[in-house]
Amino acid sequence: MAKVLMKGNEAIAEAAIRAGCEAYFGYPITPQTEVLEYMSARMPALGRAFVQAESELGAVNMLYGAACTGARAMTTTSSPGFSLMQEGLSYIACSEVPAVVVNIMRGGPGLGNIQPAQGDYFQMTKGGGHGDYSPIVLAPSTVQETVDLVILAFDLADKYRQPVYVIADGMIGQMMEPVELPELKPPQRPERPWALTGAKGRPRNIITSLQLDPPTLEKVNLRLQETYKRIRENEQRHEEYMTDDADLLVVAYGTAARIVKTAIAKARRDGLKAGLFRPITVNPYPYDTLRKAAEKAKRLLVVELSAGQMLEDVRLAVMDKRPIHFFGKMGGVVPMPEDVVDAMKKALAEA
Amino acid sequence: MHEEVIISGFGGQGALFAGQLLTYAGLYEGRQVSWIPSYGPEMRGGTAHCTVILSDEPIGSPIVRNPTIAIVLNPASMDKYEPLVARGGILVVNTSLVRRPAQRSDITVVRVPANDLAYELGNVRMANVVLLGALLATKPIVSPDSVKRAMEEEIPAHRKHIIEPNKRALERGMQYVAEGR
Amino acid sequence: MSEAKEEKIVFQRPKALCDVVTHYCPGCLHGVVHRVIAEVIDDLGIQEITVGIAPVGCSVLAYNYIATDFAEAAHGRALAMATGMKRVHPELVVFTYQGDGDLAAIGTNELIHAATRGENITTIFINNAIYGMTGGQMAPTTLPGQVTTSTPTGRDTKLAGFPIRVCELVSTLEGSAYIVRRSAYNPSEIRKLKAAIKTAFQVQMAGLGYSLVEVVSNCPTNWGMTPLESLKWLQENMLAYYPLGDYKVKDSVKELMAKK
Repeated sequence: MAKVLMKGNEAIAEAAIRAGCEAYFGYPITPQTEVLEYMSARMPALGRAFVQAESELGAVNMLYGAACTGARAMTTTSSPGFSLMQEGLSYIACSEVPAVVVNIMRGGPGLGNIQPAQGDYFQMTKGGGHGDYSPIVLAPSTVQETVDLVILAFDLADKYRQPVYVIADGMIGQMMEPVELPELKPPQRPERPWALTGAKGRPRNIITSLQLDPPTLEKVNLRLQETYKRIRENEQRHEEYMTDDADLLVVAYGTAARIVKTAIAKARRDGLKAGLFRPITVNPYPYDTLRKAAEKAKRLLVVELSAGQMLEDVRLAVMDKRPIHFFGKMGGVVPMPEDVVDAMKKALAEA
Repeated sequence: MHEEVIISGFGGQGALFAGQLLTYAGLYEGRQVSWIPSYGPEMRGGTAHCTVILSDEPIGSPIVRNPTIAIVLNPASMDKYEPLVARGGILVVNTSLVRRPAQRSDITVVRVPANDLAYELGNVRMANVVLLGALLATKPIVSPDSVKRAMEEEIPAHRKHIIEPNKRALERGMQYVAEGR
Repeated sequence: MSEAKEEKIVFQRPKALCDVVTHYCPGCLHGVVHRVIAEVIDDLGIQEITVGIAPVGCSVLAYNYIATDFAEAAHGRALAMATGMKRVHPELVVFTYQGDGDLAAIGTNELIHAATRGENITTIFINNAIYGMTGGQMAPTTLPGQVTTSTPTGRDTKLAGFPIRVCELVSTLEGSAYIVRRSAYNPSEIRKLKAAIKTAFQVQMAGLGYSLVEVVSNCPTNWGMTPLESLKWLQENMLAYYPLGDYKVKDSVKELMAKK
C-alpha cells in the first residue's frame, strides 16, 4: 500500500480501525482531540461503536464495558484525562480484560499546558491506579511507529488480557509524516470464552475485580504477576542507534529520542562519539539490554521531557557501573538538538 | 538533500497549508518528510507556524532552531525568524506586510509583495502560495508540478474551486522572482 | 394400589435466581427485588441474552444471586460500563442494579448522560435513603432530619442540602423513555414492581430509550428498626418525599404497553 501523509493523531485512529477496533470512547482534550474527531466520522460509517463520553471517567468505564464483551476497544486522552482514568484502568487490569489506551502527554502538573511533555512516565509505567498491576507501555517516536505500536497494542492486550498503553506526546500527535497502513478488514473476534455475551449454551460468566476472601484475591494477584513475568520475558523491545563505538550512551524515548538522533548526528560532526538507546517498551523496561549497552560506553546521558522519571529505570538497569547524567525540560518546553549537543558535551566534560 | 523550512504568519494566512503542500510534494518525490505545526489554544488570529523537513535521510528532530529556509508572512514572523535562518539560507519575505528591509547579509533574501499579487489574482488569501512559488523559483527544493499535484489531490472536494486559482498563485510567485515583477 | 396424585407446582424459585443463601440482612428488600427481576427474566425468556451490572454498595454481590452473565462495576460507573456493552452488543439486554449512593451521588454524571443519550439500558434503582454497606452514612436521598452516622443530629438541610428525587430529575431528559417509582413493602406493591420491571425490559428490547425503575426500599439494620418497623417507617416517611407513580412514560412506551 502506498504511503500517505497523516497527522499522528489521525494515524492512531486509523491504525486502531485497521487493527479491528470495534468500539471507541473518548472525551475532547488537547492535544489528542483529532483522534476523537476522526473516530466520530469513521467508526459509525463502518458500523462500529463510537461514543463521545461525558468525561474520561465515563470513557474508561465504557471501554471497560465493551472490553468485558470481548470486543477490541480503545480510548485516547491527554494527561489530565489519563489521571481521571486511573480507577477504571485498575479495574480493567484486575478483571483481566484487554483494552488499549493512548495518552498524548502534555505539560503538567495540573492543567499545565498543551505542549509536548513526558511527565506521565511514572503514572503510566508504574501502574498509576491502586493495587499491584503493571500495564504494558509502548513508546513510539515516529508516526509510522505509532501506527505499528497501536496495532501491536491490540494484539498484546488480547494475548495477555491486560490494558496496554501507548505513550506519546503532543508533538507526535500533531505532526505529519508518511505512513503505511495495513488493509482494512472487518473485525475478527477470536474465541473469548470469558466474555460477557449472554450465557447461551455455556455456564454464565462473571467479570469482577472484587474478591472479599484474602487468599482468593492473593491468587488473582499471583496470576497477574505470572502474566507480568511472561510479558517481561517476551515483550521487551528497544532500538540502538550508533551505539557500537559510542563513548556516550544517550537514553531517551519517544519525541525526546528523535531529537537526540539529530543531536547525535551533529555531535559526531564535532568528533563526539555518541549513540542512542531507545526503549520501545518502557514497561516492561529493557533493563538487561540497557545494562549490556551501557557496558560498551563510558558514560550515560538520559534525556527526557520531564524532571527525570525514566532516569530511575536507567539507574536500576545500570546501577553504579557507569556515571549517569541527566538533561530534561519540563512544562512543554521542547529542547532543540543543539541544546542536547550542549548537554552531551557537558556530560563528557565532567568526566 | 536536506532542507528545513519554517513558514510563519498570522493565524489564517495559510502558513500551515502552504507547509502541507510542500510536504506532500516532497512525499511524491520520494523524500523523507515531516510537517509539524505550532499549536495553541488560539484558533484564529494568533501567530501560526509550521516546520517542514525534506531529506534524503530519516528525519530525527522535526523541529529546528536554525532553518535553512524561512517564509515570513507578517512582521512578527520576520522579527522572529530572520535572525534564526542558517547562514547561507533563504528568507522569503511578504513585503506587502513586512515593510522593513532585512538586516542579514549572509543569507539570500527574496522580497515579494505577496498580498498585492494575490489580490490581483482575485484572493488575498493566496499570498501563502505566491510566496511558496517565489521560494521554488529561488531554489527548486521540490518541483512546482508536485505542488500542483498536491493541490489536486489534497484539497477537499468541497473546495475544488480554489485549485486553479492556487496554481496561478504558485506560478505568479515564480514569475515574480524570475522576472523581478 | 393407590394411584399417584398429580401435583401442580404453584410456586418455585425462578430459573434466573441462584439457589444460594444471600448475604443480605434479615428484612432487607434486596432479596425481594432480586427475585422479582429473576421472575421477569424467566417470563421474558431472556436469561441467555441478559447481562447485569452490579454496583458498589450492599448489592455489590448481586452477581452471585441473579443467574445471568454479570459484571461488577466501579462505584457509580455501572451506566458507563453498560453503555460500552450495549453499544457493541445491541442484541443483549443490559441492566444495572444500583443503590442511592452509587446512582445518585458518585454516579450522577453517568446516570444523567446515559439517560440523555437514550441508551437502551434498564436501571433498577434501590433507594433506601442510606449508605448500607459502609455502615449507615447519609445518602443523597436521606430525608431532612433523618439521623445517620454522618448526620448524628439529623440531616440539616442548611449543612447537607436536600435529598435528590431521581425519577423527577431523570424524567426531564429527552432520552429517558420509561421512568417510574415503585416500592416492595407489601405483596400488592411487589406485583406492581414486577409489572414495571417487565415493562422496563420490554422498553429496552424495543429500543425505545432509557428505562429506570426506582424501588423505595428499607434498611432495618442501619435505620435501627425491626423489619416490620422499617416497612412502616418507609410508608410513613419516605413515600411523602418520594411519591410512587409513573414519572415518564413516552408515547412510544404507551403504544408498546397497549400492544402487550
